[in-house]
Formats: sequence, structure tokens, C-alpha cells
Amino acid sequence: MSADTKTPTTRGRIVRSGEGFRELGLLVFIAILAAAFQIRNHNFLTIANIKDLLTNTAILGILAVGMMLVLITGGIDLSIGATIALAGMTSALTGMALPHINPLLSILEGMAVGLAVGSVIGLLVARFKVLPIIATLGIMNIVRGVTYIESKGAWVSSYQMSKAFTDISTGTTFGVNNLVVIAVFIFIVFWYFVNHTKTGRRIYAIGSNPEAADISGIPRRKLLWLVYAIMGVLSGLAGVLWVSKFASAQGDTALGYELNVIAACVLGGVSISGGAGKVSGLLLGTILLGILNNALPLINVSPFWQQFIQGIVILAAVLTNVAVKRNNQRLALRKRAI
Amino acid sequence: MSDIILELREITKTFPGVRALDGVGFQLKKGEIHALMGENGAGKSTLIKVITGVYQPDSGQILLDGKPVSIRGPLDSQRLGIAAIYQHVTCYPDLSVAENIFIGHEKINPITRGIHWKELHAQAAELLESLDADFDSKAIMGNLSVAQQQIVEIAKALSAKARIVIMDEPTAPLTKRESEDLYRIAEGLRDRGVSIIFISHRLEDMYRLASRVTVFRDSRFVGTWAVDKISRDELIVAMVGRSITQLFPKRKVSIGEEVLKVEGLSRTGYFKDVSFSVRKGEILAMTGLVGAGRTEVCEAIYGITRADSGRVFLAGKELRAAHPSEALAKGIGYLPEDRLKQGLVLEWAIAANVTLPSLAQFSSFGWMNRRREELKAKELAEKLQVKANSVHDLVATLSGGNQQKVIVAKLLTGDMKVIILDEPTKGVDVGAKAAIFEIMNELAAAGYGIVMVSSEMPEVLGMSDRIVVMREGRVSATMDTADATQEKILGAAMAAARTADAAVTEQA
Amino acid sequence: MSEREISIDRPRSLKRFFFQWEWLLVLIFVAVNIINSGLSPYYLNFGSLIGSTNSFLDMAFLVLPMTFVIILGNIDISVASTVALSAVIMAVGFNAGLPMPLAMLLCLVVSTLCGLFNGFLMVKFKELSAVIVTLSTMIIYRGIAYVILEDQAAGHFPPWFSFLAWGSIGPVPFILIVFAVCALAFGLLLHKTSFGRKVFAMGNNLTAARYSGIKTDSVIIAVSALTGLMAGFTALFLTSRMGSTRPNVALGYELSVIAMVVLGGVSTAGGAGRIGGPILAIFIIGYLNYGLGLVNIKANVLLIIIGSLLILSVLVLNLRFGGHRRPAPPIARMIAAGKAPDEKA
Repeated sequence: MSADTKTPTTRGRIVRSGEGFRELGLLVFIAILAAAFQIRNHNFLTIANIKDLLTNTAILGILAVGMMLVLITGGIDLSIGATIALAGMTSALTGMALPHINPLLSILEGMAVGLAVGSVIGLLVARFKVLPIIATLGIMNIVRGVTYIESKGAWVSSYQMSKAFTDISTGTTFGVNNLVVIAVFIFIVFWYFVNHTKTGRRIYAIGSNPEAADISGIPRRKLLWLVYAIMGVLSGLAGVLWVSKFASAQGDTALGYELNVIAACVLGGVSISGGAGKVSGLLLGTILLGILNNALPLINVSPFWQQFIQGIVILAAVLTNVAVKRNNQRLALRKRAI
Repeated sequence: MSDIILELREITKTFPGVRALDGVGFQLKKGEIHALMGENGAGKSTLIKVITGVYQPDSGQILLDGKPVSIRGPLDSQRLGIAAIYQHVTCYPDLSVAENIFIGHEKINPITRGIHWKELHAQAAELLESLDADFDSKAIMGNLSVAQQQIVEIAKALSAKARIVIMDEPTAPLTKRESEDLYRIAEGLRDRGVSIIFISHRLEDMYRLASRVTVFRDSRFVGTWAVDKISRDELIVAMVGRSITQLFPKRKVSIGEEVLKVEGLSRTGYFKDVSFSVRKGEILAMTGLVGAGRTEVCEAIYGITRADSGRVFLAGKELRAAHPSEALAKGIGYLPEDRLKQGLVLEWAIAANVTLPSLAQFSSFGWMNRRREELKAKELAEKLQVKANSVHDLVATLSGGNQQKVIVAKLLTGDMKVIILDEPTKGVDVGAKAAIFEIMNELAAAGYGIVMVSSEMPEVLGMSDRIVVMREGRVSATMDTADATQEKILGAAMAAARTADAAVTEQA
Repeated sequence: MSEREISIDRPRSLKRFFFQWEWLLVLIFVAVNIINSGLSPYYLNFGSLIGSTNSFLDMAFLVLPMTFVIILGNIDISVASTVALSAVIMAVGFNAGLPMPLAMLLCLVVSTLCGLFNGFLMVKFKELSAVIVTLSTMIIYRGIAYVILEDQAAGHFPPWFSFLAWGSIGPVPFILIVFAVCALAFGLLLHKTSFGRKVFAMGNNLTAARYSGIKTDSVIIAVSALTGLMAGFTALFLTSRMGSTRPNVALGYELSVIAMVVLGGVSTAGGAGRIGGPILAIFIIGYLNYGLGLVNIKANVLLIIIGSLLILSVLVLNLRFGGHRRPAPPIARMIAAGKAPDEKA
């Protein structure tokens, strides 16, 4: 019999408490930031601005959820901006041709386009073992090219869109803006999916140890395909919502937006190397980034600084993650009494 | 009614260019612990992979409970109640223990598709308790030690209601106490009716646990014996096909002055206050249980990691190697523990591997001189008697022992004073072991100072001049081999809680 | 035991010689030319063929170090941003009064520093993959360019500056000469020097390379610096060709550069590749672009083609070489090497 007493080790808990700190930190930071922005410009916390903030953040959030799944598997998806453009353009063009089309059908059409793109990416990554960075880099350019060709270089602007179409993003359900409702719904669904379903947990598994997943009988390739397909569907959805909100569909819609989404995920504590990420953290990261995107113009930060700030934010967030991890490891080492 | 639960008949498995299994047979009785032994490359691992469905045999039959079954993949094997526990635990480091146990067969609510967390953790806790685990089901897998992770693996096998459990070198990464725990668990499984196939290079594992032993040699089945009916020598003959009398060649080497001195070396969390010295022509064995910190000390000396305090002196001059290149330049070479991952570039040829540590020697102002490379590689490979046709043969095609020789050759391209060999004969078959010992003797005779990290007691006692025993990060004993006995070494290597038992054994 | 004689002969077979990727590329190159001459009667004009090289050779400079990067098992998507930033700084510097040669030097210094910063991040924070590091710097570098120049253009360079991209020495364009010299240098560096050997070793088995005494940190920093330097070359020639620059130049270059390297037969798994393939690929894609341009096919179509070529090449390479060796997450590699993540390699 082992001479040790049976006390459950607290070693296992180190990672958990670290995450709690992060979320608390994010919350505090958001509060401080909001306060600071409000002081600089009293228009920040107005109803109109908060509405704008929420609707933009809603779209960001919908995409961030999909990107989180992709990142958990250790992958990345740079093509979502292009998919947004293609889905948006396609549904806008369809809306132009069929002005009485039910807006729900427009949304479904966008999601179908997104699903097609995401499925192809999933196929390349899962079945043909193409590195995600390469697959999505290639697809991103192909899809953009297709978008330009489809639109013949022209724009679809607001007067070419039906009211029903633009109402998608301005309408309300139960008094709350549609976009926010959709985003909240998706967050709840994915929170459940990722924490309580078999498939959701298995997605973490394949990110944590892909080789073991094969042996455990987890359908790794199918799941890998699935996360990109989901990302595609969400991008397609976001595409229709985007085009409806901004009442314009162009070839360079959402150019580079994927970087925003990745920033939100990284801020929210999703690990770039896979295996870890929480929906609660993601929510906070998304809100933080949404606030930044919204408030910086308000305090007269030139738009030409935005990209630079975005890059610094990502780098800082990623380095912070590294610092936290190293600290945890140092603590764990010190506990090993020699 | 037959008491044979698993039988393999005439199994053949060929890969391009090599026949891994040649018409082998195997029988496992219900509720027995059956040891499977043989040299590396004898076919043991391939047999296991056939049983667990990783490979499909080219011909032959597998029968479970007397009925033929077809195992097309790991899932089939799992469904048939076969589970395997390997040396290196594959797990999901970011998930909890309970999830690791139940992944693949989680209990879900069919309506909401949700996982029954409470039930999951309750069941996991039950399993862990039956195995005397000292951690709970919510712990994150990545934070556990290797021994703890193995317990989770066993819990996994239990949860899958495995009837046949295969253990492939499970004690290799464990301390003595952890091995004892594992033995106890294995016996417990057997008492519960589970049949176990146990692969190990350690004879004491076999004698302790198994009732029968099967030997494979050169991809063929040699025989099955009751453990108490076959002697150690007969067993070795069966494995090797020849009797090894002169396993440890005698030698007479003149020992010179001190060439390596380690003083008070410490690294938080790994080892503390380690001191020892080596003289020219001397072979110093560093032994202890796995996890005692021996490899970590060597890697700190060699510059792979950095010690927090302490000093190292090479031929009298202080050495602060911040990187292996410095250690190599000053004259310390290191043969790493994991030759495939750390020692060789498998896709490369012998020559390219041999010259890698000293590229400057084979180039002028950076320009590579292929001829010089090939000639030096040829010289060293012949000297060490590497079994290959050309220096351009890929090292992946060599046997374990020959790969080890190539790594030694790497170290001989430079001007070394001290060579550290970390488990030089791990995973090397008996025949090649002798060759490696010969090489070590020649190196000692040539005036190198040799440090040999080893967990094999016979090797430690047979090859070294002095022994350093480490225990849980510290040096617990230093002795001349002439005065050493297995018991003394084990006593120094084992944790304080067990020394009472050791004392009892000594008196008995 | 008996003494065995070990030979130093290298296995050679005629069949293996011809079954190489580069021959496939030659075939594709010929096909491209046939297609192009079919598309337009103006294509097969030797003079314009040689002259047209300046439209794609500017990015060719990046293909050379990117080959090293991919053989190492890494990737660098920040190269286009480095080009933009160094071009912008050069233009602004010149317009602020710096003599042109000094401004050009400044361009190279800035670009090399950008590369060095990448290398620094990768070496000090080994937990981070090359993807995330270069993704961040990609955004930051171009972001700085936008901060400096906003949406303006900057130019007004001295007339001789256009010689870089438009001048020739005899019948041969200057840019082609410079590229040929660089290509030769990089080729020799990769295949004939100990440095190249180290790159291959690291791409194959980073841990074994370290244990063999290779200063992996130094190699990574050197390759990053080279990448930065070549980005500076690209900036010089691109700006010379266009006569001016803005923060959004070289957009999408990283796609084409990576596509050229991969099309050249260099597997993204790392550890293998030859310089000849990517060089051939440069001309394949370059002439394809030129030929399509002659019949007014839009740039977007070219994007589709290059994106598809990238994916197709990887597909074929993976099928041929059995799928990519999924590189272990950097932290796992470090732990396997027994180090705490902040230790020097």
C-alpha cells in the first residue's frame, strides 16, 4: 500500500485559477477603459453610441466564436474577411435580382455560401493535411477574386437593396436589435456546445493532442473539417448581416477583418497553440476590442493609427499569455520540493 | 473448455523490405500475467500493434475466446475489450482526468446532447479510488506526473471494461516505489479476471509478476515457458540465440588526473547540491531511479539547460556552458537519452549526422568539403564497426545499436575530454550492448573521462569504476564499484520511507 | 568481429535524376509559354519577355530567403508589410532632405531591423509559433507605415533612381543581373555551406540540431535578418519601378512569395528543398501574370490563379511526401528538449 495519504493534489488547479485572474483582469480593464473614454468624450456612453458599439461587437462576436473553435484545434483562418465579402455580395446581388425575397432566405443563402467555403478549407486541412495558414491564405485570395468577378467590379449600394434586407440589421426582436439577439443566441448555443457536449469537448481534445485523438477513436478529421465548416457558416451569416448593416456590398468588404477577430480571441485568452479557450473569456475579449474599435475614433485617434494599435494589442495579449504560462510553470517547479 | 482467451496463429506482417512478424503464434490464458520478451526488433511491438488493431496482419488468424475475430482498427480492438498502456502516455494535457478517462465513451443525455458531468466525475473518482490515486478527477492531466498519468491510463482501461490489458514497458519511466504500485495494480487486475500481456526488458519485472513468458527472436516465435521453469541464462539464450558469457569485457585502464569536477550544482525543481568528479580513463556510473534527476544534471553540464547555482570544472578550468556548442568546443560530449528525437536526424545519412556537431571542421570559411566529411565518417564508422554498406546509408535504416554507434561517432569528431552517455544501451539488443561496452572501454583506455547514466544494475556494476547514486534530485551516495553491491545501490536510490524495508532485506 | 569496409559512394540512378520536381516545373514553364503565346501574338517577343521581368522580379528577392524560412519549418507573412514600411521610410526620408543613396541605405536598415525584430520575438518567446509572430508584425509594420504616410503617396525621386527597375546593362535588365547574383549567393549558401546544412538540420529535427551543438537561435536570427534585408531589396526595386510609394504597396506579396516557394517543391513540413525550384516558380508565375496581362485579364483573376497554385502545389507535395509532419507546438518541443521556455537555445 502506498504510504502517501490520499489528498487530492492541488497541482491540477493551477491552470484554472490563472484563467480566473485573466477574466477578472479583463473585466476590470474594460471598466477602466470605458471610464477613461467617457471622460475624454462624453458621447461615448450615449444610447446612440452604445447601440452602434453593440451592433458592431455583435458581428465581431459571431465571428470570434467560430474562430475560437478553429484556434482551439491549433489552426487559424485568414479567409473569413473574404468569405464575408463573398456571402454578402452574393446575397446582395440576389436581393437586387429578387427584391421581394424573404430576408430569412437571404441569410440562409449567405450561410450556404459560407458553408461552401468553409467546407473546402476543412477538406484541405483535414483530408489533405494542408497547413491551415497556407490553405486559408490561398482560399482567401481565391474567394476575393471570385467576389470581384461576381460583382463585375461594381458595388451594390443601399438604394439597390430592399428595405426588408436592410431591416435585418436595424430591426428589433423583443425590443433588442436583431444583430445583438443573434449574437447572444449564438454565444449561448456555443457556450453549451463547447462545455457540455461530446463533440465540443472532443474539439478541445484534438487541439490538445491530435495523435491521441486518432487512437481514442475520436473522428479527428471529421471534427477538424467541422470547425472550418462552422467558421464558414458563421462568416456567411456575418456577411449578410454586415452588408445589411452598412447597406453596401463591395469587393473589398471586410478586408483584413480576420485580424480583428483573431485579436478578440487572443485577448479573450484563447490559446494560439490550441487546446484551450473559454467562451466567457472570449466574450470579454470581444467586448474589449469592440470598445477599442468604437472609442478610438471618438477620442480623435486618427484611423491611420488603428492598424498599428491593433497589431500592438495582439502582440501584447499574446506575450501576456506567454508570461502567465511561464509564471505558472515556475510556480509548479518551485512546488517540487527537492 | 479452453482457458485460452486470446490466440494468434501464423501471423505474418511484412513492411517494405522487412518482415516484422514471420508466422508467429501466441496464446494468452484467462486471468494470467504473461510476459513477452525478446531483443529489440524481435517483433514484440509489432505483435502488440496487430493485437490492438494499429496494423492488420498479412496472414494468420486472431481468435478471441476460441472464435476468430477481425481487428481492422484500434476501435475494433477496444470494442473487443483490449486495452494497451504504453511507456509514453498519450493523453489530452488540457483536459481533466475524468475527461481523459472517458473520452470516446462519454455518457450523454440523448435529448440535450449534454454530458452528465456529475456522473462522469463520480465514476472517475470511483476508479481512481480503487487504484489508490492521490489526485482527483478534476485535475488537469498536463499537471500530473508520469506515474499519475499511467494510473489514469489504467483507469481508462478499467472504464472500458477491458478483459485484456497490454502493458508495454510500463515501468521504464517509474521510480521503484511507483513500480511497486504498478505491480500491485497489475496483480489486482489479474485477480479481477483481467488477462495481461506484459512487455519488459527488466527481468525482475517478469519474475515478480508473470506466470508464463514467451520469447520472440528475429520476428519468430521461439517458445513459451512457465516462469519458474526457465533459468535466466536459458532465457537469454532463447532471446539471443547464443549464450553471452563475456557480457562485460574485462579491462585494465590506467586512471589519470581529474578531468571533470561538479560542485554544488543546483536547479530549482530538478536537482540540488550535486557534486562529483571524474578522472581520465575512469568510467563513472550515475544511477538512481528514473526521475532522480540524472539526465537533468547532465543536460545542465552540457549546456542544454542552465543550472541556477554551482560550478563545473573541466580539466581544472571553470566551464559555464550556456549552450551545447560551448560544451562541445571545450570538450564535453553528450549522448542523449532519446536517440531518435535528440540524437539523430533520421532522414539523413550517416555521414551527415556524424559531421553535424563539428561542421567547422569539415568546411573552410563555411564552404563544405564533402570529401573530408565522407572520409571522416568512413573512418569513424569503421572504427566503431557500424553495420552499414555506405556512409550514405540513411540512419533510419540502421538498428538501434548501430544508431547509437553513429551518435558516438558524432562525439568523436571533435576533441573531447569527457563523454557523457545517457542510457547508452536503452532499447539496444543484447548483442549490440556488448559492442557498446567495448567501445566504452576503448574510450576509457584512450584517456577520456566517461560518465554513464544507467538504470541497469548489472551494467552499472559491470562497467564502472565508481558509482554516484542520485535520489530525488540529490546525490545520496558515492562509492567505489569494488565496494558496491546491488543492495547498497538500491538502498541509496530508494526514498527514505522505504529504507526500513531495505534494512530488513539486508539483514535477511 | 570482422572489420567491415564501408564505402563512401553516393547512390546515383538515372531514374531518380529525372524524377525530380524541377523537371515538372520546366514542363509547366514551357506550358505557360505555349498558353501565353496562344493567347496573344505579342507574347513571344524576346525583347519584351526579358524586359517584362522587372514586373515580377522585385518580389523574387523575397523568394530566396523565404525558401530558407520554409525549409526551417517556419513561415513569414510579414514580408509585404516590411516592404511597405521600408519603402515609405525611404521616401519620407528622401523628401525630408536625406541624400538618395542614404535614403536607400535607410530602407535596407529599416527592413533588416524589421526582420531582426521577428527573429528576436521567435527566439525569446519560443512558445509562439512563427504564424502568430509574423501575423502580429505584419499588422504592426504596415500600421507604422500608415501612421507615417496616412493615405498619401510619396515619391519625386531623382531620375537615376528609376535605373534600378528600368535600366539595363547591354541587353540585360539591371534587376535581372542583381537577382541572378542574389540567387547564386543564396543557392550557394543553402547547398554548399555549413550554414545551409544547419538550416536543413533544424528543419528536420530541431531538438537533435540543438543537442548537436547548433546554435539554433543564431540561425533563426540570421535567417530573419536575411529575410528583412531582401525585403529591403524588394522595396528598392518596387519603388523604383513605380516611381512613388504609399503605405498599401506590396499588398498580397506574401501570398505570391510563399506560393512561389511551395510551387518550387519546398515542402511546408520543413527539412527539405532545393533553391532551383522556387527560382523556376518565380518565372512561371511571373510570365503567367505577364501573359494574362497582355490580354487584359484582371488582377483578381491572377489572385485566384496564384491562390489555387499555392494550394495545388501543397496538395501534390503532401500526397507525394505523405502529408506534412505536423510540427509540434513550440512549447512541446522545448519541453521535449528539457528546457524552461525562457532559456536560451
